[in-house]
Amino acid sequence: MRHVAVIGAGPGGLSAAATALGAGAHVTLVDAAEQPGGQYHRAPAPEFGATRPDRLQHGWRDFAARRDQVLGHSRCTFLPETSVWALEGADGIPVVHVLTGPADGAGRRRRTIEADALVLAVGAHDTMLPFPGWELPGVVTAGAAQALVKGERVAIGEQVVVAGTGPFLLPVAAALLGAGSTVRQVLEANRPGRIAAGWGARPWQLAAQAGKLPELAGYAATLARHRVPVLAGRAVVAARGDGRVEEVVTARLRDDWSAVPGTERTVAVDAVCVGHGFSPQLELPVAAGCALRAEPDGRRFVAVDADLRTSRPGVYAVGELTGIAGAPAARAEGALAGWLAAGGPDRPAVRALRRRVAAGRRFADRLAAAHPIGAGWPGWLRDDTVVCRCEDVRYRALRLAADQDPRVAKLGTRAGMGPCQGRICGPTVAALRSAEAARRRAAAGTAARGGNPHHRPIAQPIRLGELAAAADTEHSEEPS
Amino acid sequence: MSSRAIRPDADVLGRADRPVTILVDGTPVTGIAGQSIAGVLLAAGRTAWRYGPTGGARGVFCGIGVCFDCLLTVNGIPDVRACRRRARDGDVIATQSRAAAPSTVDDNEAGGEPEPPAPATTPSSVDGAR
Repeated sequence: MRHVAVIGAGPGGLSAAATALGAGAHVTLVDAAEQPGGQYHRAPAPEFGATRPDRLQHGWRDFAARRDQVLGHSRCTFLPETSVWALEGADGIPVVHVLTGPADGAGRRRRTIEADALVLAVGAHDTMLPFPGWELPGVVTAGAAQALVKGERVAIGEQVVVAGTGPFLLPVAAALLGAGSTVRQVLEANRPGRIAAGWGARPWQLAAQAGKLPELAGYAATLARHRVPVLAGRAVVAARGDGRVEEVVTARLRDDWSAVPGTERTVAVDAVCVGHGFSPQLELPVAAGCALRAEPDGRRFVAVDADLRTSRPGVYAVGELTGIAGAPAARAEGALAGWLAAGGPDRPAVRALRRRVAAGRRFADRLAAAHPIGAGWPGWLRDDTVVCRCEDVRYRALRLAADQDPRVAKLGTRAGMGPCQGRICGPTVAALRSAEAARRRAAAGTAARGGNPHHRPIAQPIRLGELAAAADTEHSEEPS
Repeated sequence: MSSRAIRPDADVLGRADRPVTILVDGTPVTGIAGQSIAGVLLAAGRTAWRYGPTGGARGVFCGIGVCFDCLLTVNGIPDVRACRRRARDGDVIATQSRAAAPSTVDDNEAGGEPEPPAPATTPSSVDGAR
């Protein structure tokens, strides 16, 4: 009997677990959180005693049914509060190294999982472009604001601006309104013409295929009811404050996201939530040796075929790892990958899943075309703007190091060497380096050489004590 | 103070809160059982609890464990992501600073805050070249 390990219990991973079980496999389902759901179905902890936990959720009934079916299945082992800190092995299916216990603890249980197939469903986090003052407390990602409302029942501020690009800004603004905050403005950096051109003809067909349109219409109605101005072609280009954010500077943007001089306005806030789309969490696919593909804008995703197979045999990738398309597409991809990973036979239902996956892919393409990141954003930066948050590395230092070997530049500036290990600044630094190199190329004939900013041998922190103490732990998680 | 918890009587989820109290740099802070340490601090109106290499205040940024901005020390174990760690009654929290060392040395010589108890295992974490 096949053993399928599924990493991540969000919409994609849970779906993969369900169909792998349906195809007769043993499933080990791993998630860093205490309960399944991922970011999309993030729910308050059971300790809140919520009598109506579904009120902030879309598709909660279907999710809850799938969750209960998977977790209650005799062939499923669910490992909550479990971080994958390494994938190992050049041949065969990578061995999964996990730690179970309170996050960043010191005495977590260490074990390895050896499976016949691996489904990676680890999701994404907000893409965040730097701007002057983005390191101030009170400036958070759009995803953080949403996670705090859904998981903690906390509003990040009373007077809030939500800014960036993409439809995700709408649910974030709606969540803040639901938490009793005043949303001063929602700013979409891309201009209406670009958005319309990106979605192309008959966008409602695509949106309906991905199941997103009714949800988005609901958020838009909520914003209209609260008279929240939604402005396109405008962005937060600076945040100011003494020890925390007190006001933001917004500006009108050109198509390439360069700010139009003279259009600056200040807005008093006590919090600002910013998101420029999403970045897939690529540590584990890279560790597994999966090939990546690059979008025209330079963003990278895991390269998969129509059946979600990566370049590494036996390793599948689903959800935001393959392209940003949201929960419905992730569910379809998970369902197909889980079934195939378990060795399930081809059937009409499988072919229907392939069509749903293809529809999700088209949705991702149009979403990316409608909400691109403009190349002119580095114009927001000043010499003293923090780019690497962990090490307080400023823009000037990075520009001066732009034509050095990447490793030399990293050691010299310390960008990417702090606790987050370049998760936040890595892609930004790479983009700034290539932009700077392009400027210098004509004069000096040099080009910045880039590494792979997603390569991290240790995917999640492990304490030295845990590493040392656990040498004798069991070597295989045998499902029973 | 501007971050805050949604009042239970105004919460569409229908909460039945139980309090959880943690000790932050010696001061008791009460939140709602089930919240993360970051949630408890934000619900108490506190947005910063860490200081970066050049002294800037930091708190929650990504909210889902990616950015490591919200690190603090929990029961003597340093570098715990506040957004990922569930608050437990009686947790002893120390805020952290990565600012330059001299002020830390001065504080210790002046007999300031006592050092947290040494953890049972090596506290350093392996996450690449730090």
